[in-house]
Amino acid sequence: MDLQTFLQQFVNALSLGSLYALIAIGYTMVYGILRLINFAHGDVFMIGGYLAFYGISTFVIPWWLAVALAIALTTLFGVGLERAAYRPLRDSPRISIMISAIGASFLIENLAIVLFDARPKAFPVSDFFAANYVFSGVYVAGISLIIPLVTIVLLAVLLWIVHRTKTGMAMRAVSTDIDAARLMAIDVDRIISITFAIGSALAAIGGIMWALKYPRLEPLMGIMPGLKCFIAAVVGGIGSIAGAVLGGLLLGFIELMTIAFLPELTGYKDAFAFVLLIVVLLVKPTGLLGKNQGEKV
Amino acid sequence: MNMSPVLHDTQRRDRMLTIGAALLGLALLFVFDSMFDPFTMQIFKLCAINIILALSLNLINGFTGLFSLGHAGFMAVGAYTCAILSMSPDQKAANYVLQPIVPWLANVHLPFLPSLLVAGLFAGFIGWILGIVALRLRDDYLAIATLGFSEIIRVLLTNAQTITNGSLGLKGLPRYTTMWWAWGSAIAITIFLVLLIKSSYGRAFKSIRDNEIAAEAMGIDVFGMKVLSFTISSALAGIAGGLLAHYLTTIDPKQFIFLKTFDILLIVVLGGVGSITGSVVAAIVVTVSMEALRFLDGPLNLGFMVTHGIPGLRMVFFSALLMIVVIYRQQGLMGTAEFSWASLSRIGLLPKRSSKEAAR
Repeated sequence: MDLQTFLQQFVNALSLGSLYALIAIGYTMVYGILRLINFAHGDVFMIGGYLAFYGISTFVIPWWLAVALAIALTTLFGVGLERAAYRPLRDSPRISIMISAIGASFLIENLAIVLFDARPKAFPVSDFFAANYVFSGVYVAGISLIIPLVTIVLLAVLLWIVHRTKTGMAMRAVSTDIDAARLMAIDVDRIISITFAIGSALAAIGGIMWALKYPRLEPLMGIMPGLKCFIAAVVGGIGSIAGAVLGGLLLGFIELMTIAFLPELTGYKDAFAFVLLIVVLLVKPTGLLGKNQGEKV
Repeated sequence: MNMSPVLHDTQRRDRMLTIGAALLGLALLFVFDSMFDPFTMQIFKLCAINIILALSLNLINGFTGLFSLGHAGFMAVGAYTCAILSMSPDQKAANYVLQPIVPWLANVHLPFLPSLLVAGLFAGFIGWILGIVALRLRDDYLAIATLGFSEIIRVLLTNAQTITNGSLGLKGLPRYTTMWWAWGSAIAITIFLVLLIKSSYGRAFKSIRDNEIAAEAMGIDVFGMKVLSFTISSALAGIAGGLLAHYLTTIDPKQFIFLKTFDILLIVVLGGVGSITGSVVAAIVVTVSMEALRFLDGPLNLGFMVTHGIPGLRMVFFSALLMIVVIYRQQGLMGTAEFSWASLSRIGLLPKRSSKEAAR
């Protein structure tokens, strides 16, 4: 393998990994606060892609407006999801909350099949995103350049919110101890809603960029990326934003580099993430950057 | 008043009722077998397979309190093992068109029962290995690890062309799953699980579910019991998979995506997590209504408007039902309660005491 091929794969892996990172952040934030795998996060991601598609193709509004609307509506959707499926079960056993999360995901997927039609749709990609740029022999699609940039900007904004604003401080407080936070007069429900809003907005942006990169929409398209990004969050250390980014990038690189160096393993691509998950959980269950939490009796 | 003869009489009455119900059930099976058309029979058989699946998932999720989402994978292992073992060499030659099957499997040709048993044992073996690895994890980590495992199985099945025929799947399997096989297995497994749950093992499982640390303090080998429960559950799922393969007569890796596990989870949750009766009843109700509600996918006349066929509406109904049950009635149909003759007399369907006792 020469340097040029390596760079080509590097660019591809970077853009895929950044996408994974963006979605993984949503998982890690919700898990950090509610100790809940939001199984429906991958479906929120799918909704984002579809809403942008309908904005651009059916309602023929300018793409920037369609994207903004899609992000806003998906955010509302995510907040509504938390209200309807998770809030009523706040004090229930964990197994019930998990079944609710799985049920919500199941319901959204089936609704999507009914509303959006099971047949795949082609996402309209403008020339700007589709065009290939050549840098000393390495081909880079416009979208592959934009994804890492968007991820970096969003990550900076997010870190600013979490570490420099009052809301962010409240989020960290709820994540550390939900009961103590309530005693400190933090409106826990509001903070949870905000967390879901941020996570869903990131998922929507991820979904739209995913659709620009792989322009094919299907009602079940969120499942695999959703699972992989959850794995990325676990590998990085669930609850940690930096961990989610690290895990996402790691997963993107492992996936593409393995295919590049060992093409005969291409068929097993979707299994890498799960093998990585099982290995990491056995060797370092708290993930690469996770804090060790003692077991409570 | 002397209590013991009274108890004795009630016990004897319950035993007579059980034997009577069993005979009635057998007679009904016999009548159904000769009376119903093939389509109804297919649904009836599917009920039995779903009972096994729901019970095996309930053993691990409901009775041992370990949230596993790997059932589709164990079903796939069982289905493929049973199918490959029971196909004749000619059928194999006809199926494996892209690449021939590996030589050591090419001439294996077993009858149905040994194939089914090997399928169960092999799925159990895989479950045992996975259990040793994954049961160190808890709660949602376990759920994701088992889900991931079932996806890994599916990817392996798709790529192991010389063993599983890859994504082409296996076609034209013999239709071995008659009603007697399906219901016979379902009844045998139900009885086995009832006895297991009542045994000291079952008590150990439930104590792990209720409080793992207390169970450990009471001297229960928590990890060993978890692995045992997981192994049994996987083996039963493998048997159900084998029955399913010879019921459908066509299998391919896509059938065993993890959404299949959700279907079973739906039955378990509706019936009551931790109730054998609930799983059996819900398996029958869900299987029958899945068929009965097929009209939802077709054109609908709502009075004020007529819709064209909306494929998928049926599954929306079931997933919405799942959500409603989880949010408003978490215990499902039965909670952790079980059917007994005593419960029938409590609600007044049977006399409180037999007439002989009343006369005394």
